[in-house]
Amino acid sequence: MHCRVSCSSEVRPRQDSGVVPANSHASPNAAVGRSRGILHGQAILAAALAAAMLSPPMISAQSQKGGTLPPGGTDSNWVTPARTYEGTRYSPLNKITTDNVSSLQEAWSYTTGIKDGHEGQPLVVDNTMYMVTPVPNKLIAFDLTKPGPAIKWEFSPPIDVASYGKACCDTVNRGAVFSNGLIIYNVLDNHTVAVDAKTGKMVWRTKLDNVETGSTITMAPLVVGNRVIVGNSGGELGVRGWIAGLDVKTGKVAWRAYHTGPDKDVLIGANFKPYYKSMQGKDMGVKTWEGEQWKLGGSTAWGWVTYDPETKLIFYGTSNPGVWNPDMRPGDNLWSTTIFARDPVTGQAKWAYQMGPHDMYDYDGVNENIVADIPMNGQTRKVIIHADRNGFIYTIDRTNGQVLVAEKFKPTNWATKIDLETGRPVEDSSKATHQGKLTKDICPSASGAKDQQPAAYDPETHLIYTPSTNLCMDYGGIETKYIAGAAYVGAAVRMYAGPGGNDARGEFLAWDPATGKKVWGITEKYPVWAGALATAGGVVFYGTMDGNFKAVSAKDGKELWKTHFESGVIGNPITYIGPDGKQYIAVYSGVGGWMGAIVPGDLSTDDPWAALGAVGAVPDLKQDTKPGGALHVFVLPGS
Amino acid sequence: MPKSHAGVRALVLGAVAVLLLAATAASPPRAPREFRVCADPNNLPFSNKAGEGFENELARLFARDLDATVSYDWLAMQRGFSRKTLKTGSCDVIMGVPAHYDPVLTTKPYYRTTYVFVYRANGGPRITSLDDSALKHVRIGIHVIGDDYENTPPAQALAMRGIISNVKGYRIVDDYSKPNPPSHLIDAVAHGDVDVAIVYGPFAGYFAPKEPVKLAVVPLSQEVDSISGMPFTYEIAMGVRKDDPRRAAMLDSLIDRERPAIDSLLERYGIPTLPIRVARSAAAGKE
Repeated sequence: MHCRVSCSSEVRPRQDSGVVPANSHASPNAAVGRSRGILHGQAILAAALAAAMLSPPMISAQSQKGGTLPPGGTDSNWVTPARTYEGTRYSPLNKITTDNVSSLQEAWSYTTGIKDGHEGQPLVVDNTMYMVTPVPNKLIAFDLTKPGPAIKWEFSPPIDVASYGKACCDTVNRGAVFSNGLIIYNVLDNHTVAVDAKTGKMVWRTKLDNVETGSTITMAPLVVGNRVIVGNSGGELGVRGWIAGLDVKTGKVAWRAYHTGPDKDVLIGANFKPYYKSMQGKDMGVKTWEGEQWKLGGSTAWGWVTYDPETKLIFYGTSNPGVWNPDMRPGDNLWSTTIFARDPVTGQAKWAYQMGPHDMYDYDGVNENIVADIPMNGQTRKVIIHADRNGFIYTIDRTNGQVLVAEKFKPTNWATKIDLETGRPVEDSSKATHQGKLTKDICPSASGAKDQQPAAYDPETHLIYTPSTNLCMDYGGIETKYIAGAAYVGAAVRMYAGPGGNDARGEFLAWDPATGKKVWGITEKYPVWAGALATAGGVVFYGTMDGNFKAVSAKDGKELWKTHFESGVIGNPITYIGPDGKQYIAVYSGVGGWMGAIVPGDLSTDDPWAALGAVGAVPDLKQDTKPGGALHVFVLPGS
Repeated sequence: MPKSHAGVRALVLGAVAVLLLAATAASPPRAPREFRVCADPNNLPFSNKAGEGFENELARLFARDLDATVSYDWLAMQRGFSRKTLKTGSCDVIMGVPAHYDPVLTTKPYYRTTYVFVYRANGGPRITSLDDSALKHVRIGIHVIGDDYENTPPAQALAMRGIISNVKGYRIVDDYSKPNPPSHLIDAVAHGDVDVAIVYGPFAGYFAPKEPVKLAVVPLSQEVDSISGMPFTYEIAMGVRKDDPRRAAMLDSLIDRERPAIDSLLERYGIPTLPIRVARSAAAGKE
């Protein structure tokens, strides 16, 4: 994790990046907001503040052990979804420590009045915090220089209400990104919008797909250089998945890659070199399907995108293939459940690795790919770390797509292992699913050993801290369903607690990506459906579906502090330095999403198959938490 | 009160209706009385916003019997439909759901229909069974439904026979900006994009006669396919909220009373029907 910014002029923070307050004074010798000492007096505060805003490039490059900050990023800001390009969700801030975190207090909170699930995380830029709400996808700017919550402005994007009915798993949004003075985010109805960070006025708006066809967008974009990377959702409606690169200044689509079909559509060219043989060949996005099934092949890109400034590649995963019924689509169904490495400028694929050939469990491969350089067998390896729905955590050489380590992190029985020679899972045929046939005790459930809620990587411990889920499922049975006036038959999925039972449906765990072993774990009653934050203070933060927000020791998982919210947490914590020089922690509450849909949707517990089986997995959640979104901000008293 | 029918039964029915409709009105008082329907605004032959579907007509018929007017909560009939309409209380009746469809309380079925084959009357493959060997060679069109753990019965029945590469999927959740998205599959037969469609009967019965070429609409010989276990005929009822059995009972009475009118309505819309087998309401005995 060295030499990130200075190796790449493309991502060098610029002093004219639009985040410099008019009255600030650059102080090249300032400690870049890391503020190890205690701040006394206004002068020091102002200097630290100014430094925090400016972050001269050289210092920024050296100081960022936890990854590379995009332009505008400083130790005290949080300008991109995972704070760094690498997706580390690690902050070098260390004022909140294992010793003092127990006295953390809520500084302020803001209730959104929206009861759908609040996924994602806020941004902090130039003493302003930005929050994207679930539908109607409002962007709210808070002035952090005033007692909170101090709303500066609210932006309400145009939105097609037809999109509300299309989103599979609650009308969530996973957040915005800051770049070039713009707050850029996706609206459910397939538009990306860019809003002036200062004024709240819309600068551009680009339509990327047609809501009438079932496509929606819920993911948080990533900006790399002058490209905004955006992908769609909607695999459950049989759309054809894509990812696109937009021009950051105009919103114009520069490239779009589909995830099924001929190479020219997938942006596979001469430079494409997948590591494994079963993924090599021409037009594999056609050949690994029968007939024209690839045209309805799903494989959307609704998860997180990360970037490695060193290899200049973006990494992201694709969803399950469509249409659902695996019997109808013999073959590997490339490029579903696949991690892609692409050039963000052109979109051209460099390598790809499919985790679940011919997926029959709905194991989307969209989870984050954390870029890290880790010590392995005496060497430093350039890897991505990917904790998948399918129950395995992969450590993959990011230069070529070779799987170095793939081990189970939760009870998993659909496959015994990943064959590192072929890259393919060694599957248990007794767990294969067919519509109309009952297959019992498949672990993990379709919702996965972990869904999109992102892990954090700590460059000090070289561990990831990841949320996880311990559910299994029965697949099959025949149930009459109804869509658009047509009676049809559904294969019902029932989910239930895995080994350990209802008191252990979730776990927050530390994982060593070099060895593929769990280091510690904290058992939770419900699936952990919220993301993680790691800090240089040795404190890791995460939330639970029943409304706890916890601080634990990075070293051993010991609980150091917790608080309770009215509604459960499915959002991702962030940290920043406020105008008063103090370190703050911010997180959303507001249960929902796929797993939590029972609460805001007020779904009936007498239908365990509702919400794609999630209701059966957490029928008790309604008793333990309430719907309703809020933003919570915490700080240490005094200091 | 019902005007066109005399007799104690009608009076009792009317009294029940007044009670139910009044209860719905709550506050602020709603006048005149409304028969509140949850419906898809773009889904003929069932319903559309212009009121041209047979479910629209049936709603008008029932409303007239109840001395009420029809009002609608419109939503595309996709996942979450009953949760976002019926369950919120914004409407009281879904005019067509499979009998014993679990998320709602269902009335007695008022028709039974079947999947059909559709092909060109001149020169089309004369197929009547899923076991016809011609299905291995002709181009087949079917509706498919994303990856929502489910699919249409023909998709599964064909897949289990190894008939895949000559099958073309048409999304039932298709481009909703165009009229009646599921009808695109019938168009595909008329245009020659596929040789045969295996499609839910009401779509075929209504749209096939509107095509510029003559199409044959032939019910599947299978009621239940022995190879896939998939049912191909469905009994259709109306749906109300689970805690609304009195409304279901009222609708049961209206279904009985309007039997001849319902039958002629279905016939006029070309809906293929079969004799109803189970005439019991899911609401029966659940007061």
